[in-house]
Amino acid sequence: MDFSLTGDQREIQGLTRELAQAEIEPNAAAWDRERRFPVELYGKLAELGLMGVCVPEELGGAGADFLSYILVLEELSRADAGVGVTVAVHTSACTLPILAFGTDEQRERFVPPLARGEKIGAFALTETGSGSDAGALRTTAVPDGEGWRISGTKQFISTAEQASTFVFFARTDLETDGARGVSAFILDREHVEVTREEEKLGLNSSSTGELRIETHVDRDRLLHEEGKGFMVAMRTLDGGRIGIAAQALGIAQAAYDVAREYAKERRTFGKAIAEHQAIQFKLADMSTEIDAARLLVYRAAWLKEQGEPHTEAGAKAKLFASEMATRQTSAAIQILGGYGYTKEFPVERYYRDAKITEIYEGTSEIQRLVIARSILELQREPAVPA
Amino acid sequence: MKIAVCVKHVPDAAVTKRIDPGTKRLDRSGEGSLNPVDANAVEEALRIRDATGDGAEGEVVLVSLGPEKAIDSLRKALAMGADRVLLVSDPDAAGSDLVATSSLLAKALEREGADLVLFGQQASDSDGAVLWAAVAERLRLPLISQVAELTLEGGAVTGKRQTEFGYDVIRAPLPAVVAVADSINEPRYPSLKGIMGAKRKQQDVLSLADLEIEAERAGASGSRTEVLALSDPPPRGETRKLEDDGTGAEKIVEFLAEKRLV
Repeated sequence: MDFSLTGDQREIQGLTRELAQAEIEPNAAAWDRERRFPVELYGKLAELGLMGVCVPEELGGAGADFLSYILVLEELSRADAGVGVTVAVHTSACTLPILAFGTDEQRERFVPPLARGEKIGAFALTETGSGSDAGALRTTAVPDGEGWRISGTKQFISTAEQASTFVFFARTDLETDGARGVSAFILDREHVEVTREEEKLGLNSSSTGELRIETHVDRDRLLHEEGKGFMVAMRTLDGGRIGIAAQALGIAQAAYDVAREYAKERRTFGKAIAEHQAIQFKLADMSTEIDAARLLVYRAAWLKEQGEPHTEAGAKAKLFASEMATRQTSAAIQILGGYGYTKEFPVERYYRDAKITEIYEGTSEIQRLVIARSILELQREPAVPA
Repeated sequence: MKIAVCVKHVPDAAVTKRIDPGTKRLDRSGEGSLNPVDANAVEEALRIRDATGDGAEGEVVLVSLGPEKAIDSLRKALAMGADRVLLVSDPDAAGSDLVATSSLLAKALEREGADLVLFGQQASDSDGAVLWAAVAERLRLPLISQVAELTLEGGAVTGKRQTEFGYDVIRAPLPAVVAVADSINEPRYPSLKGIMGAKRKQQDVLSLADLEIEAERAGASGSRTEVLALSDPPPRGETRKLEDDGTGAEKIVEFLAEKRLV
């Protein structure tokens, strides 16, 4: 058993931390307040290879492993969780499924511009009536000439406004309700129309939009086989949730860093509050839970890198890390007291940002369902994609 | 154009520095990193290499003296874009003072025969800021220090440095030694591709024997100085303590005005 990072992983983590501390963290409060997507930042991330960390070099990526990518998400989210989710969705939910399920032609056409960060990627599955029950989606793809006519709307789509490439899901078999009739497509910006931008509790430096689609696509846009879209979506979310777990971990770490420093400086009853046991216990719990989450997240990433089944491990990492992040960002506010509730300190932002990690990329309830099915052998672990 | 950059692996800025009372040496067991101003020297070397010719002729070689783990810091400089590493590492070289270190580095640099040797102005651990002078002396090469702007033209290097009264502009024929200040440039971040590619670059670790240096000329035995004692700096005299009764800011401004500092 070896818990140490490799030299490459340490350096990639160090680089991301250095960049995040210099270019992201000092701006995070303003981006949050102004609800601004920092479009200029992504050019810089792209230049350094951070938009294609775990994509093979020959397809424009940096060729690092999956754990390196997870470390990048953790460090970016530690500075600004909105940046974290944008990179996570771009990579885990758009670039990687095209890499895993695309034809050679699709891989060569769509992956390099994404991996080099010339284009930003998005993932369009959710609709007003289908979130956790993703198989109930109603957007249709009806045979039309050589391809399909796609019609419908999508909701809560991260980076909808800025993305140029969408991994998109629609029902190709109108006779079949549920998951079996769904297919995956690769769409461009011109295929979709952004009709609304959400106002959110947190994650304000990321954008979330609603899409309307009324378009024709040719056969070359079908990702994987017809009717296998739901499998593509589930397999994508299997890996994607490890990224969101890393995001939650980064947010919690940031809250802990602030709380720990504050506790050593703030004095009450003649001593630093870090000398009061009530505060010590809170910090001890924070540190322990962050450690536990980190081990779960890194293990899930390691399993994925080894090509081992990681559905259960990823769900456990996401479930624990996200609920931990909500709990511990709240504890951080408590340690800072009234200051923690103000915008003078970043912990209230961490608290608002943390909550979503319990909801997207599969709610905590869905994660418990995935874990229960796995441990009770109610559903066979799906085979690893070739 | 071949450029050698002398770099040092120093205790990381985040590590609390501690001097071992037994050896009277800095405890270097903790996390280390590339000496900050050395990153400026590497950046300057990369810019010169990339600006002259098609890049194929130019080469940036990192030269360092330190423990084997120094390679971690050198890899960061490789990831930034340097071409290869020459690390002198030998247990007998530990504890080398300025005299011994300069002789080891000069030996290593002689092997390379670079057109330009760059140093960072000083190391963040010992803050000596004289090693480059000693190395230049041993190599019998001209030296320009504290360079904040560097240009190469017609087989000569021109360095501009800021002084208390203005700027010095100094030209020296190549080959030459130049020590750069941190104001010379903004070091680039290493890219992920650079990081991934760094381990495939040539990394030579040479012992004293490889450099044909007798062990007596290195380490403590090769040193001409000896640390006799270490102590805290004396407390400052003339200090004034202000209690903030709500007029703290005004009192500080008054004090500064009194000293003619504002």
